[in-house]
Amino acid sequence: MIDVINLRKSFGNIEVLKGIDITINKGDIVAVIGASGSGKSTFLRCLNCMEDPTGGSIMFRGVDIADMKVDINEHRQHMGMVFQHFNLFNNKTVLQNIMLAPVHVRCKALKKWNKENPDNQKTKKDIKTEEKERAMALLKRIGLEEKADAYPSTLSGGQKQRIAIIRSLAMNPDVILFDEPTSALDPEMVGEVLELMKELANEGMTMVVVTHEMGFAKEVANRVVFIDEGVIKEENEPREFFENPKDPRLQDFLAKVL
Amino acid sequence: MGNFDKKIDRFLEIFIEQNGYVTVLEGLKNTLTIAIVGLIIGILIGTLIATVRVLPKYKLLPRVLNGICSFYVELFRGTPMVVQLLIFYYVLFPIMGIKMDGVEVSMMVFGLNSGAYISEIMRSGIQSVDIGQMEGGRSVGLSFGTTMMKIVIPQAVKNILPTLGNEFIALIKETSVVSFVGAADLYKAFNVIGSNSYEFMVPYIVMALIYIVLVLIISFAIRLMERSLGKSDRRN
Repeated sequence: MIDVINLRKSFGNIEVLKGIDITINKGDIVAVIGASGSGKSTFLRCLNCMEDPTGGSIMFRGVDIADMKVDINEHRQHMGMVFQHFNLFNNKTVLQNIMLAPVHVRCKALKKWNKENPDNQKTKKDIKTEEKERAMALLKRIGLEEKADAYPSTLSGGQKQRIAIIRSLAMNPDVILFDEPTSALDPEMVGEVLELMKELANEGMTMVVVTHEMGFAKEVANRVVFIDEGVIKEENEPREFFENPKDPRLQDFLAKVL
Repeated sequence: MGNFDKKIDRFLEIFIEQNGYVTVLEGLKNTLTIAIVGLIIGILIGTLIATVRVLPKYKLLPRVLNGICSFYVELFRGTPMVVQLLIFYYVLFPIMGIKMDGVEVSMMVFGLNSGAYISEIMRSGIQSVDIGQMEGGRSVGLSFGTTMMKIVIPQAVKNILPTLGNEFIALIKETSVVSFVGAADLYKAFNVIGSNSYEFMVPYIVMALIYIVLVLIISFAIRLMERSLGKSDRRN
């Protein structure tokens, strides 16, 4: 699904990623771990070009999205992202947060849709009604439908993060990238977010998760990747990865965190 | 102060019986039109320039646009409003063969001028919005422009509303120079009344009072707007 070939990223003179190769298949749950400053977040942010890679390529949906000429917005619609600090739109209600992008994207493609589907003509209002229903269904799924008209500032961290997750789900992405989704949460709220992520995993969603939650990596991921000094030092299935680490830096890292 | 009573009587005579109030209303209308239209043009230009100035700078086009915008801002901040009015009215427009009356020229110059100031206000407003808001919008596939319009700028405007109010108040007061290009504003109206009665004391006091009342009304309106925009805030 995503083919990363020799991905490089520098900030000024500092080379953070020094050539990363990895293939992410449909249905994979890839946990990315590493010390802070190892480049794991940069790697994730390069995958949807939130940071523009300085070298290498990222093949997604048949094109190299690291190429500055492709319309990155179109590809990001198929690649959701969940942030450490949620990044919900503060000036929008919860419902608007979820609906905004799907409604915008579908309304933009409305003419094309109506041309291709002569028997199923739609107006902007139809799209809004449909997306509102979908958004409410998603909210219901996480048990927050009574928060539909609340503003993000009134929610707890766990609620914000779960809404951020369904906001990216609303776009029906092929893959969701998680950038330390539980690191900014109070301990008692980590569980509810991980629970929702587990559900998604069980439904077959492809996920790439940068995390410090070793429990999640062990339990949910089918592959664990250790990034260190800008390269992938070790990659394995979770049991082997945690029980029998080969790279000395990984052994060191695991000794510290476990 | 018996003298002062006489002055008030003289002013009231001109103001009411000789239709001085018509001149004043006309002046008030022009003052408000120039300030309001100027502010609207200013906000449009200012937002556009501010957006250009926060564009990522690794491509050539944004850099060129950025250069043009900073030239514009320095030009209009570097010269007094009166000078700009005079140049447009007596130099540029005659050369270009454009015919505009004093009020129209004033609206335009006030817009161009406040655009330069508002661009800096707006830029600080945009930069006060957490970068995560832009990233959140981009991550669901919205373009830079769409995210800016729907997410970042509304939050920026909320943050800079008090400063924008200041700008509007400054514009209202600065309209008192438009008689340089023959536009009849509030100042001009009271000057006419003063000249007709050979008595300036009362007209000028009344003029000052009208300016103060205008500014008080604006301050009040801004406070109301702030409150209604603050509904997504944690505080209050």
